[in-house]
Amino acid sequence: MTNSYLKEIVNKQYQYGFVTAIESDTFAPGLSEEVIRQLSALKNEPAFMLDWRLNAYRYWLTLTPPRWAHLQYADIDYQSIIYYSAPKSKKEGPKSLEEVDPKLLETYKKLGIPLHEHSRLAGVAVDAVFDSVSVATTFKAKLAEAGVIFCSFSEALQNHPELIEKYLGTVVPYRDNFFAALNSAVFSDGSFVYIPPGVRCPMELSTYFRINAAKTGQFERTLIIADKDSHVSYLEGCTAPMRDENQLHAAVVELVALENAEIKYSTVQNWYPGDEEGRGGIYNFVTKRGACRGKHAKISWTQIETGSAITWKYPSVILQGDYSVGEFYSVALTNHRQQADTGTKMIHIGKNTKSTIISKGISAGFGQNTYRGLVRILPTAHYARNYTQCDSLLLSKTCGAHTFPSIEVKNPTAQIEHEASASKIGEDQLFYCRQRGLKMEDAVNLIVNGFCKRVFNELPMEFAVEAQKLLEVSLEGSVG
Amino acid sequence: MLKITNLHASILDEKQKIKPILHGINLHVKPGEVHAIMGPNGSGKSTLANILAGHADYHISQGEIVLENKDILSLSPEERAAEGLFLAFQYPVEIPGVNNMYFLKAAVNSLRKSRNLPLLDAMDFLTLIKQKIKEVGMDEKFLNRAVNEGFSGGEKKRNEILQMLMLEPKLAVLDETDSGLDIDALQRVAEGVNSLRAPHRSVVVVTHYQRLLNYIVPDVVHVMVKGKIIKSGGKALAQELEEKGYGWLLEQVGA
Repeated sequence: MTNSYLKEIVNKQYQYGFVTAIESDTFAPGLSEEVIRQLSALKNEPAFMLDWRLNAYRYWLTLTPPRWAHLQYADIDYQSIIYYSAPKSKKEGPKSLEEVDPKLLETYKKLGIPLHEHSRLAGVAVDAVFDSVSVATTFKAKLAEAGVIFCSFSEALQNHPELIEKYLGTVVPYRDNFFAALNSAVFSDGSFVYIPPGVRCPMELSTYFRINAAKTGQFERTLIIADKDSHVSYLEGCTAPMRDENQLHAAVVELVALENAEIKYSTVQNWYPGDEEGRGGIYNFVTKRGACRGKHAKISWTQIETGSAITWKYPSVILQGDYSVGEFYSVALTNHRQQADTGTKMIHIGKNTKSTIISKGISAGFGQNTYRGLVRILPTAHYARNYTQCDSLLLSKTCGAHTFPSIEVKNPTAQIEHEASASKIGEDQLFYCRQRGLKMEDAVNLIVNGFCKRVFNELPMEFAVEAQKLLEVSLEGSVG
Repeated sequence: MLKITNLHASILDEKQKIKPILHGINLHVKPGEVHAIMGPNGSGKSTLANILAGHADYHISQGEIVLENKDILSLSPEERAAEGLFLAFQYPVEIPGVNNMYFLKAAVNSLRKSRNLPLLDAMDFLTLIKQKIKEVGMDEKFLNRAVNEGFSGGEKKRNEILQMLMLEPKLAVLDETDSGLDIDALQRVAEGVNSLRAPHRSVVVVTHYQRLLNYIVPDVVHVMVKGKIIKSGGKALAQELEEKGYGWLLEQVGA
């Protein structure tokens, strides 16, 4: 009885599955040097950018897709994907928020992402990326006062090419992996952030990614640079329409934190996960990495992964500067036929570097959830420390949880701690809660939220509540 | 208040074989009464407590359980709780990451909602719980810890009594609440239960030892052996059991 009841409550519908009817400029499907030249020309890019793209593309041609992850999916046909699609109204480029196509404003309103500056989330600046391009960025003027640059990647290429040339590919080179190479060749837009020395960014920055057009891949690139003694907190969110075919999302995010700087990067990933039978959904192959380049630099990743048919991502930190700190807090939920292979890499190079990994995997239905992590202590990293905690919660008999931790220590002064647990949601916990009068659904949510608490605590306050609700929605209907 | 008639229950063992546990239990608890159910280990006392609360592992093959003129056998655990039934668990469950006070507030308001009572706001709730926590002699710091996580045995039992006082049940079932308690804690727990005694409330105390019954004085004592109540009597019966053990009774009934 309990199981069928559990099943019932873990299934709520994906709320963001609508399509916006909007005229778009769209390339024909397929990938070639010509497509890349066309893309680069369309965006009026500097020459170094086109060269870099072409080098990446030629390198990508020599690669085969990685198959080491604990994921099952059909091969992706890269020639059937559309590599560029942008709303027509974007052509001239809106000069201000007032000029943004009302249909787009309406779309973001429906998603709960207000693109006006007197909204509920008034303390958050938003860059909205729709298919291949950024359609609006809010609070630019206010941020500029503080010296903060927050704009679309395309705009940054026009206005701050020197910063991009200096930092692009220095954390995730195009030779890094198959999907990073592909992204480097074809990325169409994304966000760019620069925080000058000594500045504490006056508000949360946020990018909202939306895939709208059919058969289109989204390849965005985000670059965040926190100069000496600066601080920034950044959040990304994502949704996509419900479609029967799979769509590819292959993003790259690079973070650079210089001496004494801190970057806090949070993700609430809610791409369309596919239906109950596993039809459709986003293939999410993402490379995210940060480099702590100076002493006492700190990079913290927090991710709530509830969407996508397939998630393949390992937000990592290279701890170069002495006393630098890397953190990874993750909740990954797989329901129905979703599969996630996610985790992190902490590469300790500097002395007294410290990293923390807290990973919470929740599997329901036929979901498969894998934690894959690497902690590497290099010979130079005297007195490095790592703490890893990796917990799995299983809500059905048909789901799976897998853990592949890897620890490489080449310095005897290092201190490494690793804790792991896997548990089935307790019938005794549920009975206890229900005896106290809580409904089954509330009991499940309470227990799951308690399980994730440590990670939720790391989210910016505005989003912690939303993340909790999202988890409840994603869970509806699949325990058993 | 509570009327159990000819209750037969079984459970599936590890080999999926049906194992009968209760063989025709009859019990009648009137409003305001305190009943003690005593018996040797494995007699089915805790099973009975769990069945009352609606634990899904047990199969009821015969009989009925009526709470205030309402047959509760078909009700879910939360519906039984809404009817006013409370079980203080023998082994209170830990719920990591869930704040004890938040849990209690959710429980109190869930019950109030199902009884069509206005929900308590944070201030009212806080005032109430600060008063109740004093009564059970718990430190307020336990309110901000995760439910039962890292609590000692005694702290867990006190937490159960705190929950009971907050939820104000019509029928409280205490399953071996005395086990693992030192004498001070035992007295506090008993005070808590006694403070709840009222003409419209009843209490069923399941216990192995007579000790607790020095503090919570029962109106009726039942002895349960091998899934049957073999003897009932006044509080003197508990005293007799304490002195003589269960052996003489077993011989008497030929068990």
